[in-house]
Amino acid sequence: MMQDAPLFPEQASTIASQIDNLFFFALGIAAFFSILIALLIVYLGVRYRRRHAAQTGEAPPHGSKAQTVLEITWSVIPFLILMVMFIWGVKIYFTAARPPADAIQFYVVGKQWMWKIQHPEGRREINEMHVPVGRPIKLLMTSEDVIHSFFVPAFRIKQDVLPGRYTTMWFQADKVGTYHLFCSQYCGAEHAKMGGWVVVMEPHEYQAWLAGEKSGQAEFMTGAELFAARACNTCHRPDTSARAPILTGLFGRQVGLQDGRRVAADEAYIRESIIEPQAKIVSGYQPIMPTFKGQLTEEDVIELINYIKGLKAPEGVAR
Amino acid sequence: MSAAPTETGSEPRTHYLNDGYGIKSWLLTTDHKRIAILYLISITVFFALGGLMAVLIRLELATPEGDLFQPDMYNRLFTMHGIFMIFFFLIPGVPAVLGNFFIPIMVGARDLAFPRLNLLSWYIFNIGGIFAFWAMMHGGIDTGWTFYTPYSTTYASTHVLPTALGIFIAGFSSILTGLNFVVTVHRMRAPGLTWFRLPLFVWAMYATSLIIILGTPVVAVTILLVGAERLFGVGIFDPALGGDPLLFQHLFWFYSHPAVYIMVLPSMGVVSEIVPAFARRKIFGYRFIAYSSIALAVLGFLVWGHHMFVAGMSIYAATIFSILSMLVAVPSAIKVFNWTATLYKGAVSWETPMLYALGFIGLFTIGGLTGVMLATLGIDLHVHDTYFIVAHFHYIMVGGAIMGYLGGLHYWWPKITGKLYSRFWSRISAGVIFIGFNVTFLPQFILGYLGMPRRYHSYPPEFQVLNVMSSAGATILGVGYVIPLVYFIWSMRYGKQASSNPWGAVGLEWETTSPPPTHNFETQPVVSRGPYEYPPPKEAPVVA
Ligand code: HEC
Ligand SMILES: [Cu+2]
Ligand SMILES: [Cu+2]
Repeated sequence: MMQDAPLFPEQASTIASQIDNLFFFALGIAAFFSILIALLIVYLGVRYRRRHAAQTGEAPPHGSKAQTVLEITWSVIPFLILMVMFIWGVKIYFTAARPPADAIQFYVVGKQWMWKIQHPEGRREINEMHVPVGRPIKLLMTSEDVIHSFFVPAFRIKQDVLPGRYTTMWFQADKVGTYHLFCSQYCGAEHAKMGGWVVVMEPHEYQAWLAGEKSGQAEFMTGAELFAARACNTCHRPDTSARAPILTGLFGRQVGLQDGRRVAADEAYIRESIIEPQAKIVSGYQPIMPTFKGQLTEEDVIELINYIKGLKAPEGVAR
Repeated sequence: MSAAPTETGSEPRTHYLNDGYGIKSWLLTTDHKRIAILYLISITVFFALGGLMAVLIRLELATPEGDLFQPDMYNRLFTMHGIFMIFFFLIPGVPAVLGNFFIPIMVGARDLAFPRLNLLSWYIFNIGGIFAFWAMMHGGIDTGWTFYTPYSTTYASTHVLPTALGIFIAGFSSILTGLNFVVTVHRMRAPGLTWFRLPLFVWAMYATSLIIILGTPVVAVTILLVGAERLFGVGIFDPALGGDPLLFQHLFWFYSHPAVYIMVLPSMGVVSEIVPAFARRKIFGYRFIAYSSIALAVLGFLVWGHHMFVAGMSIYAATIFSILSMLVAVPSAIKVFNWTATLYKGAVSWETPMLYALGFIGLFTIGGLTGVMLATLGIDLHVHDTYFIVAHFHYIMVGGAIMGYLGGLHYWWPKITGKLYSRFWSRISAGVIFIGFNVTFLPQFILGYLGMPRRYHSYPPEFQVLNVMSSAGATILGVGYVIPLVYFIWSMRYGKQASSNPWGAVGLEWETTSPPPTHNFETQPVVSRGPYEYPPPKEAPVVA
């Protein structure tokens, strides 16, 4: 897994080598200029050392052209190098920010001081995340309390996890193994202990793991159960939109709002509709939906979102 | 050696140090030189406190398990280390001590524009410090010096408000000092002292003062908002109350990034004095260095977002902040190249202040270049909030700001106290500090790239070797800081009398006696030449 005292982290994601290449380029630049300056200082300092107490340096020629040329040179050259780093860095950053369309979506909830992971199939785990190798995986993340940050050094990526909103990150693991998962945003007493492992498995092993026994899995209500238990279904009915909109086929659709705007019904929208229903009112409805703020955990909300996402149009409409 | 008037040294003479004795003559003084000494004492106490906590932090991190302190205690230690070092040592540091002492002398004035405000600022600073100290003695604070919300407003159960209040109060003392400097530079320059005859130290302090005046009110307001949320539950930053946690980060870094320049620009100014003085050569690119100080002050306000690349900001905003952060590197590079070029055809002596100044250039270069790496979006994804950042900003703030501060103290100590310190020991200590510093912080770059997050009380065992190296380096560094304390104090009693110009440097401060008379100059100086004209004038035309 890892040597005793490595000097360089393992590369285990598709983006890792890209980031390392850029890093080594930047490191080369940094080393070149640091050493250049150090050598110049030592060389000039020795070459022009003071030989007798009253000696003074040679006065530079007044406003020489050579000086202006020098000043421009050592402003422009660093500038050009910086622009190369900037553009290269932006390219990688944009790649890291935009998950591919076929990414599998996992959910992550950070909480003082643990990571809760939820697989698309509903399987849950704490402080461990099993993923298949070679498949893009997108994480939709939020926090129950303070800001945390999801960091997997072997993947070279991190993303802060905020309360009250969803942030995303994605990666594609390309090497089977077990890697550190850290919280990298200070979050209180046990910040250093808020971590665990990312286990990258061959796809068939992952399938076997998913199907395997769910030992230690705490009891929880699924989205469907919550939808009934929280009486969402008293208003949101599959057959009539009299009191509230039908949620079937909602996910991914454009929703017309009372104030004339149109918004895409993504996870953040559905979350907001549950936590702060008054924030965006669907056109044609009264703002009668009660807020569920403080009554549902972020995991419950995710279960509900997952349930609503699963209400696919064909079956729903057919009824 | 120098053509400045050399004094006989033996005959009794009134100067600012023997012009009145007793505690009252100090605590009620309005002499900028005495106030500088008062500040020196205050910030040395805070430096010692912050340093002590650094020692404890490095002790804990010598082993992977969190075995020395409870996590709660450890979190308080790094928080208070940061708060004391930044708000009560580095930010006042060079301005309040060296700036206070030398700006009036360098512009040929009798004092700052508002001497009583100057004294007031020292009292305010100490009141702020006492609040923070009180909070520390009563259990401390564990939010990190960055006070990120909603942890600091809703979750932390430690003394957030007293500490924040202490910082708030100390901020006013910064503002007063900044105002005083700006007005002094504008209004009190000696006859003939045009803007482009000002020493670069004054330019740097002027730029710093602008940042202080414009930036500090923002952090003050931010602290008030944190207080409002914490005390009265007004929803500003905590989403549970309807607030936005990122708003805090924007406000905080809008001040705290420029604050980096509050800490390092003054030291750059010091280096711009020391390098020509010990190369005995006119500084290369005077105007470029002067303008680059102003450029840093302005650009420094436009880059705060580089602290938030992975905080959930829009990728387009991140792009803008990244390119602006790159631009900040250019004025810094200009300075480094110009300092280096000043050595060319100079008459370089490797005296202690020069060792510090050259050490500054090397370490600041490393700090700056690793800063550029952090500003590169793709790299920041991995190294943000790891030890890579910890190493980077210590290169800027310890390798840069503190080296400059110590260099300045060594350069001007003979002027301030009229005494010479041990040449041998001071050069030893400069070497020890340089080596100790690098042994402490170079391994942290590697640790950071390996993925060790910052603010970790315990860590996986494979990181131990590098952490032990770092802790060992910190021990060396600690010793390096104690040595000057000893020989400086020693020199005040036993040191040889310093002449008015022991280094053979040019500058108004070297044309008055050591220590300077109460009103700085016996007669009003008149300036007729640029600041770094070597060789010094044969006779001293400036002091009549
Ligand atoms: C008292 C009736 C009522 C209850 C109970 C209720 N809702 Fe609603 N809901 C509404 C109404 C009315 C709207 C449309 C107006 C609006 O946007 O607030 C709505 C809108 C929504 C929307 C946005 C639909 C769209 O088409 O854009 C979602 C999602 C939603 N509710 C989910 C839920 C969930 C999940 C629950 C249970 C936890 C729930 N609702 C409970 C009445 C209700
Ligand atoms: Cu954390
Ligand atoms: Cu910054």
